[in-house]
Order: sequence, then structure tokens, then C-alpha cells
Amino acid sequence: MLDVKLFNSPEKSTWCPGCGDFGILNAVKQALAMLEIYPHECIIVSGIGCGSKLPHYIRANGFNILHGRALPVAQGLKLANHDLNVIVTTGDGDGYGIGMGHLVHSMRRNLDIVHIVEDNQTYGLTKGQYSPTSDKGYITTTSPDGAIEQAVNPMTLAIAAGATFIARGFASEPKHLAKLIAEGIQHKGYALIDVLQPCVTYNKVNTNAWYKSHVYHLDEDPGYDPTNRFMAFERAHEWAEKIPVGVLYRDETRPTYEAQVPELAAGPLVKQPLDGHGPEVWEKIKQEFV
Amino acid sequence: MPIVNDLTIKIGGEAGQGVESSGAGFAKALARAGIWIYGLQDYMSRIRGGHNFYQIRASDQEVWTFRDAVHMLLPFTPEAVERHWREVVPGGAVLHDTSIKFDPAPLRERGLKLFGLPLLKIAEEQGGSRIMMNTAALGAVAGITEFDFAYIDDIITTNFKRKGGPIVEGNLKVARYAYDVAREQFAADYEWKLVARPGPQRMLLNGNQAIALGAIAAGCRFISGYPMTPATSILEYMNSKAHLFGIVCKQTEDEISGILTAIGAAHAGVRAMSATSGGGFSLWAEALGFAGMTETPLVLVDSQRGGPSTGLPTRTEQSDLAFVLHASHGEFPRIVLAPGTIEECFHAAARAFNLAEKYQTPVIIMQDLTQSNSIRSIDKDRLDFEAVRIDRGALLTGEELDRIEDYRRHLVTESGISPRAVPGHPNAVYVTTGDEHTEYGFITEESDERRAQMQKRMRKQELAVQDMRLPLRYGPEDADVTFVGWGSTYGALREAVDVLNLDGPRANLLQFTEIWPLDWEQVRAQLDAARSLWLVEQNYTGQLGNLLRAYTGKAMDKRILKYDGRPISADEIVASVRGEVREEVTVHA
Repeated sequence: MLDVKLFNSPEKSTWCPGCGDFGILNAVKQALAMLEIYPHECIIVSGIGCGSKLPHYIRANGFNILHGRALPVAQGLKLANHDLNVIVTTGDGDGYGIGMGHLVHSMRRNLDIVHIVEDNQTYGLTKGQYSPTSDKGYITTTSPDGAIEQAVNPMTLAIAAGATFIARGFASEPKHLAKLIAEGIQHKGYALIDVLQPCVTYNKVNTNAWYKSHVYHLDEDPGYDPTNRFMAFERAHEWAEKIPVGVLYRDETRPTYEAQVPELAAGPLVKQPLDGHGPEVWEKIKQEFV
Repeated sequence: MPIVNDLTIKIGGEAGQGVESSGAGFAKALARAGIWIYGLQDYMSRIRGGHNFYQIRASDQEVWTFRDAVHMLLPFTPEAVERHWREVVPGGAVLHDTSIKFDPAPLRERGLKLFGLPLLKIAEEQGGSRIMMNTAALGAVAGITEFDFAYIDDIITTNFKRKGGPIVEGNLKVARYAYDVAREQFAADYEWKLVARPGPQRMLLNGNQAIALGAIAAGCRFISGYPMTPATSILEYMNSKAHLFGIVCKQTEDEISGILTAIGAAHAGVRAMSATSGGGFSLWAEALGFAGMTETPLVLVDSQRGGPSTGLPTRTEQSDLAFVLHASHGEFPRIVLAPGTIEECFHAAARAFNLAEKYQTPVIIMQDLTQSNSIRSIDKDRLDFEAVRIDRGALLTGEELDRIEDYRRHLVTESGISPRAVPGHPNAVYVTTGDEHTEYGFITEESDERRAQMQKRMRKQELAVQDMRLPLRYGPEDADVTFVGWGSTYGALREAVDVLNLDGPRANLLQFTEIWPLDWEQVRAQLDAARSLWLVEQNYTGQLGNLLRAYTGKAMDKRILKYDGRPISADEIVASVRGEVREEVTVHA
């Protein structure tokens, strides 16, 4: 176990007091400390939004991308240097809205990255519009009569898209969340960790109290088997009455994408030499055109 | 007197009939025989049917482009006869299967020789398969031009080897039979001949292959992208060499992911690229600015096709220049290269990686469909892989990182270039962002930080001017007509200069091989030295001309513009200069 202080950044956060992002930030630090991953051994890749400022508030390599585009960059990083622990943090707008296309393909591709979605069911940084995970009827400035669309269910979506590790955490339970994140990091393949978090400023429906009254722990149910895809799919639908947190689904049998790329067998791409091909190789190439 | 090694053969037919493979095969046979080649491919956006053609120019001198005049037409369909017989010069021939129906009267009236042969029957009887009709046709062309059959034998053996002995034997039998029959019946009545000139080996390749080879030589180890005509063959070629050179090639879910995955790899420290056409570049726009803002070295290729929107998916244009120069919101440094030959494609790609790492910013190579697909024979030593030097700029080595303290990714320096650390070293743990940032890479909105970073980034563009190549001159120093062009029109312009200089007016060419950033004072001096500036571009608005006007104040005297998706020819340029009207080309004062 590393000292969590090792991950303290000099930057002061811009988050509102009471924001769920604090719990998530602490959980990420805890998980890294627990797994003894040093700041230079990982890179936190984020999108745009309140939660996506997270890489600035943790001492670790960070790459703060465009809105919705963290996942492709994270995958390029992983393919170029699979020694790095790649952790993606995005909001629900980033992950399930503008970046939805990349999300589904990342899941089926199964590169070894962890994707933490700070899901507060609200567009916070743009000051309170409805998000893809806002419940039907959610009233905001851009949905004054209530959101008409059905909310994205990231859990059922992830199972259908072939994600190999699917979990849900709660920002107000940072210890439990840290454990989930650590499991996600240890999982070989794409790991989705959807984190329920209150937006204290804009979401007056899904408040901390609301989440607290809804969540229950999957690991407290001895009959629950997270390797059973169909059982997971059933629980993934739970929302209005009660919301499961913990590891919903895991599949340790599917190899990662990078493990199936022959060019990466010799080690990380970035550590391989750029040149050193002799004249006989170039001549062989030329002969293909003669 | 026969005309030796100076002819154009045009093969026309439907997609799926083997027009391209026949053309490319015959071109290779000629190249192996030491004859200089230029091969132009024309195809439609469909898998089967439609009308495609392949045009091979053979010469005793090195050639950079095609010419309009056709000396032998091989139509595989009646449509191919109808579309192309007017291009055949009097005395030229139409070699066709006897089953192809067309009205011979106008062709005969023009003075064309009609060489009908039962090609399909020969294929069936000699080889046992109708598919071998193309082989029969090419055997017949070789017979009529009295080309040494050994080269046909050689190329058939090479090309069909994978399919097994019986296929090779069948095709050889068909080719030989057609060769003998055609030579016997028609050779005496045909002026143009092909004579082998044994000598050093030459390569026959297209511009996209040359770009891929240049990238490989420069140590590019990562390409991600989404298939889009006419850029796809770069991704495909890199894939075909992935195992040999250890290149990771990733086809992504869309172009946005294509560029961003490459940005991720580049940030991790690998030389990375992506390639697309204009539509994909439109999707790239936001990420392009992100690469500029985060100072990520990145090599991008835009192989232009007819726009806007889906436009002309399989046809050429040079209409993305203004867009690429300004793509993405805000201001950031970028470098734009515009190779105009196979050799320049190779060198531009190799050079792009050094420029990208030196200035830590995106470098864009402007390609177009014509140059992507057209093949040209070149001397083997023109692509000098071993001469390619890899310069990683201010990339910090492991030893340098061991000694570094207080690392700042975006350190403000006089040059604007900051030492670059690849993530992974304990002494250089850093964050960076597409937000405006401090030297350390943290988000900032402060006025002084903003100004310092903006000026630092833009200083790199000012500095890059020193590395950029000014337009090259081709032709005599003193000329009545100075063409101004960029990219793939080089071949046509070069040949137009040669043709005009035979009997006037005297012409030369200013060819822009690199476009941004340039030393505009020097460009202005070059333009000032010209008597009459003739802009030649494949777009509607004269985009290079507009750029030159904006940055040098010099206006073009004449503008020859073509935007019908077909490559401009030397003949069209010469005709335009001489005041002849060609409806495919627009000439403005």
C-alpha cells in the first residue's frame, strides 16, 4: 500500500462543495495506492465536464481530451504502451452521449483499460441540462416539460455490447468504490465502472439521499453470480425501486485486444526501436514493385 | 517507319471485368522490359458494372503523366467503344472481341484500324475459362505491337503463381495463342511497336504506396483510420507490412476515432499517422486543433476527391487546400506538404514525421485521387530508404529524464519548442489538456498564461518557415508563361512546359511542394520574376491562387481550372494557353 498523499496534486479543484466528484477522486487515489501503482505508471484520460477535470487534481500522468473523445485516445495510448495503466474518467454526457459510438466499440474491442463514468444524470458544467441518463420526466432548462426520452441504461448496454467487466459504484461510498476501481484495474480487458453521484447544484431529484435510499450491495446476495450473463442482465434492469452496486458482471475468459496483436508480443510498441532495418529489407520491399 | 515505345493503350470495361488488373499486369510487363510507364486508373463508386478504364502510357523517356491521345483501345464492352473511340488517333487501333457490337462506320471514317479477334473463344478453347479473355486481349496487344513474348510469359507466371500451375499454364497458352494470331493477322498493319530495353530494374508504384513506404522508412509504427476512398490503400499497405515492420494498424469505428487513436499513440511516444479523404478530414477537424493545442506530433494524409459532401467518391480534385489550411477553430501551428510525384510522396512522408516531432504539431500531407492511384515507373534508387534520417526533435531521452527536475511539458522557450517527455518516467509525471494550460499543463484562464502559451505555440510556426521548401522551378528561367501549381498536377504541367517550349510560347513552372508555412517575401520575389502567371488547379475557385494573393499581394494573370473530377492533362493545359476552348477546362482572366 502506497501513501495516498503521493497522489496529491498542487491544483485546487473547481468542484462545488459536496460534489460527488470528490468521492470519486479519493477512490481513484485509494485504488492506485492499494495496488501500488505509482503516478508515473498510470495515465488518467478524461473528456470534458466537471468530472473530467479529475486528471488535474491527482498527481499522475493525465491527458484531458475533447468532449466525448477520451476513449479513442486511451486506446491509442494503450496500444502504444501497454505497460501503462490507462484509466479513463468521463461524465455521463461524455461517455453515454457524445461519446456513445466510441463506448460501444471500446466494449467489444476489450483493450485493458478502466472506464469510470461519473454519472450524475445531469450536464453540470453547462449549468444543468438533462443528460442521456436523466430519468424520463426530468425537468431542466432544455427539457422544461420533462425529458421525453427514455434514459440510457449503461448496465444493460454494456452487457449487450460485450464489456468484460461491468460494475456500479456510489460516490458517497468511496471505500467500496475504491475496491471496485482496483478490481477494474486488475481485470484484463475493458472495465466499466458507472458511478452514481449527486450533482448538488443542479440535480434536485437524484440527490445523495435518493441514491442512499435506492442502492443495495450485490455482494451481500450470496445467490448472485456475476459470471452469469443472464442473471446480470436481469439485475441490470433494476433502477426505479432499488439499484444494485458492486460487480454486476465479469468475464475473465476473453483475451484482451492487445494480447492478440502479434506486433505487441515483443513488448510495448514505444519501447521497440524505430529503425535498424538493413539494406536487404529495403531491397526486398523494392522487389515487390519491380 | 514504325513508332517505337511511344504509345498509349486504353482498356475499358465494367467493374469486375478485370480492367484494372489487366492494365496493371501489362504495365508491369512493360516496366520489366525497361520501358517507362505511367498508368492512370479511372473507376466508378460501385463494385460491379458501370464503366472503368485503365490507361497505360509507354515511352522511351521517363514520363510523369498521361496524354490524351490513345493509340490502342481495348474495349471489353460496347460502351467502352462508344465512350473512347474518338480519343484514338487516326491510324490507331481498336482491338476487340468479335462479339462486341458497335457501328464501325464512324471509326473507319476517322481512320481507325478495327482488329476483331474471337478473344472469348480463344480463352475458352485454349485455357478452358472465359475469365482468361483479358489474358487473350493482352497477348494480342503484345502480338500486334511485336513486343517480346518472354515478358508476357514472365508476368503471367508471376501474377498467377498463387493460383497454381494449371492456371498459369492455361493463361500462358491463351496468351501465346492470341499473341501469334494477332501478330500474324494485324502486326503488319499497325505502326506502333513496343521494344524491350533491358537495363536496371525499375519500381512501378502509386503515390499512396510511396507515402506508406516513406512513413515506414521514417519509423512510423502506428496507423489508425477508417476506410475512405482514395486514402484507404495507405491503411491497407501498412497492414500488409505490419508483421514485417512491427506496425500496429487499427481500423477504427469512424474517422474521429481514427485521428484520436493516433493522437493517443503519438502522445505515448510512437510515430503515428492517420489517412483519410476530405469527408473524413471534416470529421477530424476538432481533433486536429486538439493535437495543435496539446503539442502532439502527428502525421495526417488528406487524399482529396471531388467534394463537397460525398461529392465524387472515385474522382479527383484539389479542393481541400483552403479547408486544410484553416480546419479546426482557433489558431495553432500546422505544416502542410503537397508532394507532386511518387518520389516526393515518399520523401514528404518521411520528412513529415521529423517535422511533426521537431515542431510538436500536426503535419498534413495533401494527396489526391490521381496521385493516390496512378502508377509510374521510377529508378529504384529514387527511393533511398537508407538515406532517411530519423530526427525526434526535443524528445527527452531516458538519461535526460533521469536528470530532470521540475518538468514542464509546455515550458515557454525562445523557439517555442518545449522538451517533450513520453509518459512513464517518475521525473516527468504531467498532465496536458486541450484547455488553455500553464507550462505544467494545468488548466488556466489567466491572461498572462494565455498570452505566453499562445505566443509560444505560434513561434513554432514562425520558426518552421526556415525548414519549408520554396516552390521549385521547372523549365527555363526566362519564360512568357509561368505556370503556378501544386500537388499531382506537376506531371501535366511539366509536360505542358516541354510541349510549349518546342514551338512557343516559352513556358516554365513554379511548383509548390510545400504550402504552409512559407516565407512569403521570397515567394513574392519568385512570382515577381514571372512575366505572366498562369494558375493551374483542380478546383473551382483557384485556392492556391487565393492564398498567394492574400499573402503576397500578387494576383494571377490567368487561371486554368478544372473541377469535373478528371485529372487535367498536359494537352488541356497547352490548348488553354494557346486559346483553344476545351469544355472540360475553365480559363479565367
